[in-house]
Amino acid sequence: MKSEGEFVNQPDNTAFTQQRLPAWQPMLSAGIVIPLFTLIGLAFIGIGVALFITSQNIKVQELDYTGTATSSPCFQCSGLSIQNCTCERNFSLSELFEGPVFFYYGLSNYYQNYRQYGVSKDDYQLSGDTTYFLKPQSYCSPYQYSNNKPIVPCGSIANSMFNDTFRLYLLVNGSRKQVPFDGKGIAWWTDYNIKYRNPSPVNGSFAAAFDGTTKPVNWQKSAYELDPTDQANNGFLNQDFLVWMRRAALPNFRKLYGRITGGDYSQGLPAGNYTLQISYNYPVLSFGGTKKVVFSNVSWMGGKNQFLGIAYLVIGSLCVVMAIVMLIVYAKYKFPDNDDA
Amino acid sequence: MSFFGLDCVKKKEEETERRIRANDREYNLSFRYATNAIKTSKYNLLTFLPLNLFEQFQRIANAYFLCLLVLQVIPVISSLSWFTTVVPLALVLTVTAVKDAIDDIHRHKSDRKVNNRKAQVLINGELRSEKWMNVQVGDIIRLENNQFVTADLLLLSSSEPLNLVYIETAELDGETNLKVKQALTVTGEMGGSIEALAAFKGEVCCEAPNNRLDRFTGTLVWKEQKYPLDNQSVLLRGCTLRNTEWCFGMVLFAGPDTKLMQNCGKTSFKRTSIDRLMNVLVLFIFGFLVLMCIILAVGHGIWEYYEGSKVTGFVPREESRGPALSAFLMFWSYIIILNTVVPISLYVSMEVIRLGNSYYINWDRLMYYNRSDTPAEARTTTLNEELGQIRYIFSDKTGTLTQNIMTFNKCSINGKSYGDVIDHYSGQRLEISEDMFPVDFSFNPLADSKFQFYDSSLLEAVKLETEEVHNFFRLLALCHTVMAEEKNNDLVYQAQSPDEGALVTAARNFGFVFRSRTPESLTIVEMGVQRSYELLAILDFNNVRKRMSVIVRSPEGTLSLYCKGADTIIYQRLHESCSKLMEVTTEHLNEFAGEGLRTLVLAYKDLDEDYFSEWLQRHHEASTALEGREDKLNELYEEIEKDLLLIGASAVEDKLQDGVSQTIEQLAKADIKIWVLTGDKQETAENIGYSCNLLREEMTDVFIVAAHSTEDVRRELRNARAKMRPNAGEDAFFIPESILGNDPKVVQDETVNGEFGLVINGHSLAYALESSMELEFLRTACMCKTVMCCRVTPLQKAQVVELVKKYKQAVTLAIGDGANDVSMIKAAHIGVGISGQEGMQAVLSSDFSFAQFRFLQRLLLVHGRWSYLRMCKFLRYFFYKNFTFTFVHFWYAFFCGFSAQTVYDQSFIALYNLVYTSLPVLGMALFDQDVNDGWSLEFPQLYVPGQLSLYFSKTAFMKCALHSCYSSLVLFFIPYATVYDSMRSDGKEGADYQSFALLTQTCLTFTVCLQLSLDLSYWTAVNHLFVWGSLGMYFIVTFTMQSDGLYQLHPPSFFFVGTSRNTLDQFSVWLTVFLTAVLCVLPVLVHRLIFIQFKPTINDKVRFKVHQKKDQRPSPQRRTKIRRSSTRRSGYAFSHTQGYGDLVTSKRFLRRSAAPRSTGFTPKGRSPGFKPTGRSAGYSPSSKAQNNKQEVEPTELQQYRTVQDSTF
Repeated sequence: MKSEGEFVNQPDNTAFTQQRLPAWQPMLSAGIVIPLFTLIGLAFIGIGVALFITSQNIKVQELDYTGTATSSPCFQCSGLSIQNCTCERNFSLSELFEGPVFFYYGLSNYYQNYRQYGVSKDDYQLSGDTTYFLKPQSYCSPYQYSNNKPIVPCGSIANSMFNDTFRLYLLVNGSRKQVPFDGKGIAWWTDYNIKYRNPSPVNGSFAAAFDGTTKPVNWQKSAYELDPTDQANNGFLNQDFLVWMRRAALPNFRKLYGRITGGDYSQGLPAGNYTLQISYNYPVLSFGGTKKVVFSNVSWMGGKNQFLGIAYLVIGSLCVVMAIVMLIVYAKYKFPDNDDA
Repeated sequence: MSFFGLDCVKKKEEETERRIRANDREYNLSFRYATNAIKTSKYNLLTFLPLNLFEQFQRIANAYFLCLLVLQVIPVISSLSWFTTVVPLALVLTVTAVKDAIDDIHRHKSDRKVNNRKAQVLINGELRSEKWMNVQVGDIIRLENNQFVTADLLLLSSSEPLNLVYIETAELDGETNLKVKQALTVTGEMGGSIEALAAFKGEVCCEAPNNRLDRFTGTLVWKEQKYPLDNQSVLLRGCTLRNTEWCFGMVLFAGPDTKLMQNCGKTSFKRTSIDRLMNVLVLFIFGFLVLMCIILAVGHGIWEYYEGSKVTGFVPREESRGPALSAFLMFWSYIIILNTVVPISLYVSMEVIRLGNSYYINWDRLMYYNRSDTPAEARTTTLNEELGQIRYIFSDKTGTLTQNIMTFNKCSINGKSYGDVIDHYSGQRLEISEDMFPVDFSFNPLADSKFQFYDSSLLEAVKLETEEVHNFFRLLALCHTVMAEEKNNDLVYQAQSPDEGALVTAARNFGFVFRSRTPESLTIVEMGVQRSYELLAILDFNNVRKRMSVIVRSPEGTLSLYCKGADTIIYQRLHESCSKLMEVTTEHLNEFAGEGLRTLVLAYKDLDEDYFSEWLQRHHEASTALEGREDKLNELYEEIEKDLLLIGASAVEDKLQDGVSQTIEQLAKADIKIWVLTGDKQETAENIGYSCNLLREEMTDVFIVAAHSTEDVRRELRNARAKMRPNAGEDAFFIPESILGNDPKVVQDETVNGEFGLVINGHSLAYALESSMELEFLRTACMCKTVMCCRVTPLQKAQVVELVKKYKQAVTLAIGDGANDVSMIKAAHIGVGISGQEGMQAVLSSDFSFAQFRFLQRLLLVHGRWSYLRMCKFLRYFFYKNFTFTFVHFWYAFFCGFSAQTVYDQSFIALYNLVYTSLPVLGMALFDQDVNDGWSLEFPQLYVPGQLSLYFSKTAFMKCALHSCYSSLVLFFIPYATVYDSMRSDGKEGADYQSFALLTQTCLTFTVCLQLSLDLSYWTAVNHLFVWGSLGMYFIVTFTMQSDGLYQLHPPSFFFVGTSRNTLDQFSVWLTVFLTAVLCVLPVLVHRLIFIQFKPTINDKVRFKVHQKKDQRPSPQRRTKIRRSSTRRSGYAFSHTQGYGDLVTSKRFLRRSAAPRSTGFTPKGRSPGFKPTGRSAGYSPSSKAQNNKQEVEPTELQQYRTVQDSTF
């Protein structure tokens, strides 16, 4: 066309410029929507049933040990001034708690998702950058310096680390047999291997890397003493620390404390009476929080969660109902097929 | 530079009069008048950045984001890092700055081009070539033919007799005819003498610079004599010198002070109704944002009071900060977080969409006119969607509906009709088409090759020397005011009206060639024989007489009077003997009129020598009488023009442009009202109205308002209304209180039975547009199907448009081709220029331009409709996606202590609008079509929802907001419920903040994508790419942002490291995503289906139909030629104004020095308030149009000059 020269300004004849691009033009019609609804409905019901049954099969054992009630064994520990208090909670399992069993502690009314709390950490410090050991970032304020010494790890999150410890005993013939918690591998692989890094030891001493700094105000031990027995679990790489630092999205949350997988318990917790010995350190009563521990096992879809199953079932049923309603409507009032368009 | 400029402005304010001394630069410099350099550019290299940024931040949206940015860097309230705002803002600013820079570079270029033009300036007694920018006030300049006038000049002398110059003012007021300017005699005496001019030391004292083109006052003091100066001796910048060898002028106003420049820069900024709605909505959204933030701040205060104070150990709190202060700070933090309800990318995307849709208009081959090689052009790229909402079209007639080409089509001579082609076999009339052979005029060497006639019997009749036929053409060759010029051995006619030109050309081709005229004679070549007729008198045309006659003496000495005129008039003056012929001719006339042709009846009579000399004597007395000259002359004319002998009738076709009536029909189906506003006279307008189907025989009534007083007009309008609504009774006369009282006033449409038309002329319109009458007029006019206003001035055109704009909340479009349409094009919401022959003035001030009226239907019904549809879909979806995105934060606030914690990762917030969701919606807004263009034209009714603003309105917006509210609830609470106390399949807890954020944002991304897919009705490959690409992009970017490498680069920014890897491998996460997406979309599906079922819109119906037919394109339109049989008779071939027979015959004319003044700068029939202000008036000399105009066409006045020469 253009070669003729006369029509220099003639626009190009392409599907794009002429808005004639080939296109799929779907149209919403009863013929599509009703089968679609039926299909989705049935699929949802199917998934819902599967989810619901799976969720039903998951066992959960919860024990509240806040100690608000006077009858509670932990009542005497809940006072603010009491240090190094230990209390015990007994419970019994009537049947085998199938393994692997996971042991969680749970806190409620605890706003780990509070914005200022969430930013109160120094990512440089936590990634092992020692220049920030002596000069923590200002986000950490007011847990930036203590007695003019920089806090490592600084900030509110680290400072408020959960410090109750638990021991579980199975009562066998009147004597207590400790059920071991496996505290390793409870943090995310990426947290342990990438996100958090310990500072390199100075002169062969790990602790020396922390020279000139001080521990968080609420901590009893310094970061480099979190697990002196296992250097791989010490410092910022301590698994409990990592779990704590992964802050929760909602004010009621659980965090993994340990897995019960070892030796005799690889099949789970056998039926019997148990005693949970709690070293009660963490104060929650002041802000109306509660503490609990949870034993649970998991399935392919995670822990016990009735919601998903029920939601799928309800929505699936709704879809089917809607499909039927629409079918009736469609049969009664056909699409106005008149020619007045 | 700017300082100097400021200085000038200050000075100008003070300047009340201007004193200039010719040839005295020093004296003139002391006043610091502006030089002739013009500057339309805004920036230079240094000032660009600060000025441009300053301008950009004046836009409310940009300022808003700047404020946000400031808030974000305040640590105590910064809830989001600064980059979430900086990234989009920087992008927006850069894009705009680049655009502005390019525009300004163009302006610089054109400034430079204009400023560097050369002018001949008289300096120190010699002529030097100087750049325009160096010309100063007081300089004397020599201009040559066809040069642009350099600055506003006082004409000193010229090469022409009587110191006249001819100028073309097309650039200023768009009129293409020449105007005369005359220098004062005292300066004219200097002629071309350089010495005299160099010695000229006249002092001018005149008014300060202003923008009135038609007025100038000043005095010239020279040799201690005072001479008054007026507009007559002033040449304005922007004009072009024509037909004048040279002239000298003295610069009065230069550069920015010239009247042309003073008229520039007042371009009003047009906004679309969606823009205006958006402004309201943005304010509303802003209020809503503040409300949300107040709620959350109060919530925070309460939370702090009851809860926060107790968790001091964990949550870091400044002790000194009480709940109230904390709440106050939180208010601002939430303003930052929730700011996404007013998204900055919305504005950018809107611009991109409009630009894209403008390009489609430029690219459309079906709006390309190959004969003039003109594509359609969207000159304004910000008004597209308004094209889909037009309710009123105001159209010019000449050049817009018609081609402004007259062709001699048929005639009736002595009771025989010629012009139809009859099939020899069937005896049937044949349709004249392109492939027919026109009559061969090769016997006539002087024939015009462009003339085409198809009926060979007429030529045979001529060749057979039939007396009547010869007489017919002789009359056509003699009775006119056309002037002929030989140009390159070609005969060129200059006709005052195209009708006359057509008739004389017809005579020329049939062997009666008009060769030349002098004031006293006419030379024609009759069948190859040259004959000279003595021209004794021209009884000229005027509106009352509606006829013109010439009295000539043939070479043989017979005295004859030839007359042509409107049938009604001529019929009264025929001799009784013609009654038989009259009947037959009347029949033919009816036939011609029925085809929409403009007819003239021709008659003649031979005069008695004695009677005539006596008559001539009386005529001479009458024409020199001092009192009642007009009446006396008219009486004389009446006396001699009687007992005429009928020759026949001619029929001239005012050629409509192709497809005009189909287009009008289509637009009418789309419920668009078309008003024709023409400067033409009533008969012509009516005629065109009928021929293009605007007025129809079947109409119940066509009201004609042609009154001469306010009361009469009012009465006629009321009568019309009473006829249209006979039952309405009294209240029809009174305007309801609601119209008078409320503000803004909106006149509702009133329903009438039947179809009516209204024709109103300029006089009546002037009364009708008075403020006391305008509502009467508007109500009446709006009840009619068609409105035609004739003989309207450009100002009135604009006033009519403004009237409709004011009282009808409707979008208006004005279409025209000439300079007289500029005002209405600018006044209307959308101006369309026809790039025709009449110059580019209309196009330059238009928003869209193309070559043919018929393209209007495609512009509106296809492009406009799509643009509107796309923009509305875009806005609805955009608000939906952003509200949904933002509201989730609101719900989360109740679970995080109202601490302004964001739900999503910050990088997601920064990229959501830019990367993850922008392209799919842009793709929708650029490619979506409900039905293709063919079907759009097949069903013009599809246009109606746009006029009613159904697709995007406040209601639609509220629906969007509610829909988002629902979606955000789903998007927050479904993930909330699934992660609550949940564990991952490996036993680790699943409810950590980062996983939750990732889960929610993934749900959101999927939901908005699904919603878009549901809205998208036209899935091109690009849309697929955008939708799936964006989803893919989301994952790619998310994984990248959370990758090990980036984290190690800068830990604080990428602390989400590993979240996606750890979260997206969970089955329950995907189940949640699936659940939320489906749950968000299901109600929409149900709602839509039910509405399609029960209340299908026109759109649904058409789509359904198209879907059923499975046809991609509608069957090609059957073009039915509209044939009407009409009893209407109309149209006669005369120009609008009094003829210039006077000029043609008079030697007196020249000697009467006062005479040319009447053709001065005051345009006839134009209100003095009309100020043509071309958008680019500053540089139009460099524009396309002007270049085409470089070769000068001979004009009437040049013709006149040749005539005049021969008499001397």
